[in-house]
Amino acid sequence: MTQVIDRRLNGRNKSAVNRQRFIRRFKSQIKRAVADAVSSRHIDDIDDGEKINIPARDMSEPVFQHGPGGRREAVHPGNTDFVTGDRIKRPPQGGAGQGGKAGNSGEGEDDFAFQLSREEFLELFFEDLALPDLVKTQLATLTDFKSVRAGYTSDGVPSNINIVRSLRGALARRIALRGPHMQRLREAKAELTALQPVPGTVDDEQQTSDRQVAALEEEIRHLKRRIEAIPFIDTFDLRYNNRIKQPVPSTQAVMFCLMDVSGSMDEIRKDTAKRFFILLYLFLKRNYERIEVVFIRHHTTAKEVDEDEFFHSRETGGTVVSSALELMHETIRERYPASEWNMYAAQASDGDNWDNDSPKCRDLLLNRIMPCLQYFAYVEITPDRHQSLWQEYGRVADICPHFAMQQIESAQDIYPVFRELFRKRVT
Amino acid sequence: MTAKLISESSEWTFELIERYDGEIARIAAGYGLDTYPNQIEVITAEQMMDAYSSVGMPVNYHHWSFGKQFLGVEQRYKRGHMGLAYEIVINSNPCIAYLMEENTITMQALVIAHAAYGHNSFFKNNYLFQTWTNADAIVDYLLFARKYIAECEQRHGEKEVELLLDSCHALMNYGVDRYKRPSRLSAEQERRRQKEREDYRQSQVNDLWRTLPPRKETASTHDEQHFPSEPQENLLYFIEKNAPLLKPWQREIVRIVRKVAQYFYPQRQTQVMNEGWATFWHYTLLNTLYDEGLVGDGFMIEFLQSHTNVVAQPAYDSQYYSGINPYALGFAMMTDLRRICEKPTDEDRHWFPDIAGSDWVKTLDFAMRNFKDESFIAQYLSPRLIREFKLFSVLDDDSRDQLEISAIHDEKGYRNIRQSLAEQYNLGSREPDIQIYNVNRRGDRSLTLRHTQYNRRPLDGSADEIVKHIARLWGFTVRLESALENDNIELTHECRV
Repeated sequence: MTQVIDRRLNGRNKSAVNRQRFIRRFKSQIKRAVADAVSSRHIDDIDDGEKINIPARDMSEPVFQHGPGGRREAVHPGNTDFVTGDRIKRPPQGGAGQGGKAGNSGEGEDDFAFQLSREEFLELFFEDLALPDLVKTQLATLTDFKSVRAGYTSDGVPSNINIVRSLRGALARRIALRGPHMQRLREAKAELTALQPVPGTVDDEQQTSDRQVAALEEEIRHLKRRIEAIPFIDTFDLRYNNRIKQPVPSTQAVMFCLMDVSGSMDEIRKDTAKRFFILLYLFLKRNYERIEVVFIRHHTTAKEVDEDEFFHSRETGGTVVSSALELMHETIRERYPASEWNMYAAQASDGDNWDNDSPKCRDLLLNRIMPCLQYFAYVEITPDRHQSLWQEYGRVADICPHFAMQQIESAQDIYPVFRELFRKRVT
Repeated sequence: MTAKLISESSEWTFELIERYDGEIARIAAGYGLDTYPNQIEVITAEQMMDAYSSVGMPVNYHHWSFGKQFLGVEQRYKRGHMGLAYEIVINSNPCIAYLMEENTITMQALVIAHAAYGHNSFFKNNYLFQTWTNADAIVDYLLFARKYIAECEQRHGEKEVELLLDSCHALMNYGVDRYKRPSRLSAEQERRRQKEREDYRQSQVNDLWRTLPPRKETASTHDEQHFPSEPQENLLYFIEKNAPLLKPWQREIVRIVRKVAQYFYPQRQTQVMNEGWATFWHYTLLNTLYDEGLVGDGFMIEFLQSHTNVVAQPAYDSQYYSGINPYALGFAMMTDLRRICEKPTDEDRHWFPDIAGSDWVKTLDFAMRNFKDESFIAQYLSPRLIREFKLFSVLDDDSRDQLEISAIHDEKGYRNIRQSLAEQYNLGSREPDIQIYNVNRRGDRSLTLRHTQYNRRPLDGSADEIVKHIARLWGFTVRLESALENDNIELTHECRV
């Protein structure tokens, strides 16, 4: 009558399709929520999925219902002190004192909340973003090779000899070469047995057969020698493992973060800059297996520091941007050969610079740095008018298509700017 | 004594589940519970969430709203806001009940008693289920529906199908025949006849919109020939048969949604009874196991703890209050019925002369077979239970400033409370009464719906959206008017196409 079935191994994600459809349908709302989330998060949070809140009214499924108003009677349990005919003030909302639904701990009931997985989050976050000419630069940097197996070859170095293959070839050769001799040998032996002396035969018959026996024995000896002379292994038999080199796209990238930490960069600007770096970092992380980040901060002199110091320590003093660019160039030369690394740089500054340093920066960029970089993004965090650095960088941007610059004012501007910088270019 | 215990530890195994099932089945048969064969399926929590979001059906077509439901359930479950209900049971033959892998053997036994014998016997014998659903065919039919809709998605695009389903879902509660018995579902037949139906329906519709009669006749005849001649309450059915612009495949999808709505219609009307019945029986069956010495004290304490949680009814002023708990009310009423049969008081004899002192098994069985929530409460809610629950009734009339306590649990109030509680479970008054009133066949083909107000209660804000959905299905202008209590008709919503 009863049947017990174990279904635990059946497909788990029956709802996956429905889930995808849900996300697709509310993409615009979800993307808005993602954008909001990014502007208020730290880099370590960004690695997780995201809890998304969507206003419930946006996704309600309407059904005909009674609205408030009219006359209604409701029965409730747990009367303590009411008696018939009591009048009570109408509670502010919810008709006949439906009572608030058990508050689910601070979550607005108007919001529908759910968790996006990390993949879904980043997918939405990066949607239709791509580094400019990414494919092209990848092809251009195909300088790394990987050696892969590719069958066998008859020629190579002794350390690559494939023993099994070689011996198998040798065996086959031996069998093939000795075939005709073996056959003759078997026949000769059979004839010899047939000629064994039979008692009571005539003498001259005996003599003839003795001669024949001698001839046969001679032949057998000769055949055995031939067979033994076939070599056990021959150079002809040798097989070598074959390996060929395949070009692989470089999967590592280095990202330079350059920031001005002079007195004019206050905490808020640093914070804005940080978010900008985070976005670039995340994007690279999606495209490259390994990423190194180099933090270079500068005032009048530049210094390579770790992430903590980069964002949190404060220095005062003037600003010489070229010091940072020089340090970056040196680092590239020493540690990051252009053939092995994809290089990206992001610079944040408030636009301050010694006036006569700016042309120097431009030359440095044009002549030495830009040729090895995949992309250089510069953001100027200032509500004010641009200064000389912006103009000089402008000239770089005119010449180099992989140089981008933007001005941002507050944390809210970052996301759109980021999208603008890394917009998918239609080729 | 302990030698008789079925299990000692809390771990479950398939053998144990089978043994418990065997014992429970034996006891249930002793009480005369009549059930479909059971199919008990062991699943994981994840699969349980899947089952939740496709409204408990083992197969269903794809739609984003199920995804939404899934995400909601998943989110609440992961954050610990809710435990998964420990059972989902499907009104099918064989009756499918799910057991969750994570549960202890006690919980598994509880679920078996609750779902596989309680709900199962209710599905099989309650008149609403017998009349309106067809347990033999539902799984096959859903398979057919899923396949058909998937085909439509391929042929006509997911977007198109999704829009159509959205519109149909909005009218789902109005896709039900309340009085006419629906024809039996049969997937095989559906498939065979579906093509036939397509052609036939198209020809019917074309006929409906056949070219106008000659001009001179129109003046005299077209005046007031109402179509439909009687108002129609099954909106989806009317649309399926008469919407002028729907393509055959679209009509078929409307039909599928309508059939699914019909299938769930009895469940919406028997929540208190169904849960009450199942809870009563798991309580009775497991207690009998205990009396027979088959389960120990530990088992009972674990069982009683979750049983008590299920039937808890917070008071109206508690922060956990969210309306009357159907498990609590249903269980209390079933238990009370048994008490009235076994140990009637004078009050019971006065209120329930027919059943006081009768055989409780027969009385309960009769109640289970022949009622729905509304009538069950109207018939069997006893004064004693009203006192126990301390029920009181609040009148909210928007023409007055204050709410009034119209009845409490006293001699004068019993009937009043019983009546208004029964009314609360009456689908007819819980849902606005909206019917197809007129189609302007000779003019702009507009469709007019009429909402007959109940106690002056207006429609809520979502009506606007729904009228748009109806207009999408109908293809021409749709109007919704309200018939007020003073016999005036007021146009409340309109969607021009």
